[in-house]
Amino acid sequence: MIPATFVFLYLAAVLYIGVFAFRKARGKQEAEDYFLASRSLGPFVFLFSLFGTNMTAFAILGSSGHAFSNGIVTFGLMASSSGLVIPLTIFFIGTRVWALGKKHGFMTPVQMFRDRWECGHIGTVIFVVQSVLLVPYIIIGIMGGGTTLNVISGGAVPYWFGGAIVALVVMGYVFFGGMRGTAWVNTFQTILFLLFGAIAIIVIGAGMGGFKSAANAMLSAPALAPLLTRERISPYYFFSYTFIPLSAIAFPHILIFCLTAEKMKHFKKTVIFYPLCILAIWLPCVFLGVMANRVTDVPAIKAKQEARRVLATQGKNMSPEQRDELREEAAGDDVIMLLLQRYAPLWLAGLLGAGIMAAVMASDSQILALSTMFTEDVFTFYGHKERFGEGVQVLTGRLFIVLITIVAYAVALRAPETIFELAIQYAFSGFAALSPLLVAAIFWKGSTKWGALASTIWTAATVIAVALFQHAVPAPAPGPSTVFGTIGGWEVLSRTPGGTAVFGFMPVVPMVIVSALLMWSVSLLTNKPKQTTIARYFEDMK
Amino acid sequence: MKRILLAIAVVALYALHQDIWFWRSAHPMVFGFVPIGLFYQGCYSVAAALLMWLLVKFAWPVHLEEEIEHRESEEDRKH
Repeated sequence: MIPATFVFLYLAAVLYIGVFAFRKARGKQEAEDYFLASRSLGPFVFLFSLFGTNMTAFAILGSSGHAFSNGIVTFGLMASSSGLVIPLTIFFIGTRVWALGKKHGFMTPVQMFRDRWECGHIGTVIFVVQSVLLVPYIIIGIMGGGTTLNVISGGAVPYWFGGAIVALVVMGYVFFGGMRGTAWVNTFQTILFLLFGAIAIIVIGAGMGGFKSAANAMLSAPALAPLLTRERISPYYFFSYTFIPLSAIAFPHILIFCLTAEKMKHFKKTVIFYPLCILAIWLPCVFLGVMANRVTDVPAIKAKQEARRVLATQGKNMSPEQRDELREEAAGDDVIMLLLQRYAPLWLAGLLGAGIMAAVMASDSQILALSTMFTEDVFTFYGHKERFGEGVQVLTGRLFIVLITIVAYAVALRAPETIFELAIQYAFSGFAALSPLLVAAIFWKGSTKWGALASTIWTAATVIAVALFQHAVPAPAPGPSTVFGTIGGWEVLSRTPGGTAVFGFMPVVPMVIVSALLMWSVSLLTNKPKQTTIARYFEDMK
Repeated sequence: MKRILLAIAVVALYALHQDIWFWRSAHPMVFGFVPIGLFYQGCYSVAAALLMWLLVKFAWPVHLEEEIEHRESEEDRKH
């Protein structure tokens, strides 16, 4: 129960931060203060909160779990590619969106698109697609909170109660603190993440008697040695993953965060330190996930390895349901918690448990972003702000936060977690495919609202198509994929054990490329906005 | 010229992410326990931070910063 006590202390601390931010606002009723902290964040809070808001439960639990099953490739797939692409997009797009927000008063991406392309309902279509892709994050955050509290308390806190506590705490500090509270909590959480990685690797390394012997033992075991290389992953798959971080800047909560900086120079530290923050959190988690394969005295880890072995050797003769069950058993999302329970003293496991909790509770900015989008892109756009005033707009935003949390909690209690994990996979590809909209709006005078609509519809259609395909065709056993058509030796479409491949690439590659082509070709064929509108975005046209 | 060199550096670093030369081997094990493929990608993250520093130093969109500052000082003066 000691670890759970630390976690409850942590929850109380973040709730207090939200209330403190509320008092700091001194009863201000302006939408810009509540939703964007009056565009006043300093360099330190801006760096850590922007980074923290992009790190979900996957940063600690999922990364170590993926590395446990797939080996060192996890770091190159998900961390180092993000370390290049995300700061690049913040540098090129984030800074420009910040400047446009200051100039024209935008609070959401859709506001910018509506103004830039002179459109109304097309903006609403983009709002709907963005919202649908964002909701699974909130649900999975509550699910993760319930599961983590249940595991950390040794089963004393039931899943439903843990989920309710996490939902209430997140709702509390977002409701009271708005963007200011969320940014401060994210800063606090990022510091915990960074400490977590360093402490966990020292404690677990010492507990295992050093990593040298574990690494050597893995090298000499034929079943484990491939986890120290990337031989089981195709280079096409590895390359495809570099498209996924394009999603970061297209996520509404990240773009809205870009609007909160007080000065543009605050972006400088964020851009430079972003890759190093990713390195500091992901490298220890990936390494520990790989090394967990050499732990021989934790029965739960042995059971996972056994499930993996059975799936690999007998999977072909099993039904899809049996394979799914074994995949679930072999999943390593809790290996880092198991390692901590085995090697860390009880009090330290509690402290580190709070770090894990911080990762799980990263759905706060998504909730706030949805509320900002609803009140600006729907409530204000359709004239309600003019009618009822700014105070009612902020109140509506707060009520929306309560409503979305209650709905997400109700869904989290009933639906299986795997559905939302899959939805998040699709959401990354979906937001990556929406990134051409931002590039076109900011850098291309010739872009039009019809090009934006074509890209958005393509994104929605392909996300649905991939989801339906993966639902209709069960994942095969580890080994060869199920192939649908070949051209010149290339597999056109295949169902792989981990998802879908198009010409050997992940679906995100054609999704982004075709989205960009649609934006370009449809814009060429359709009418441009007025010259005066374009001139407000491009200096050389004034 | 500076901008062209930076653009080349960005494309080159993107290409270097695909380190097929360390694909099938864990050796050499750096410090005795870090497979070379993981060590390379760790160093890659440091290189990305260095590239970002170069971009910030030599390609920062100063005109945007100045435009906003000018606009804010104008507004302050009006008030």
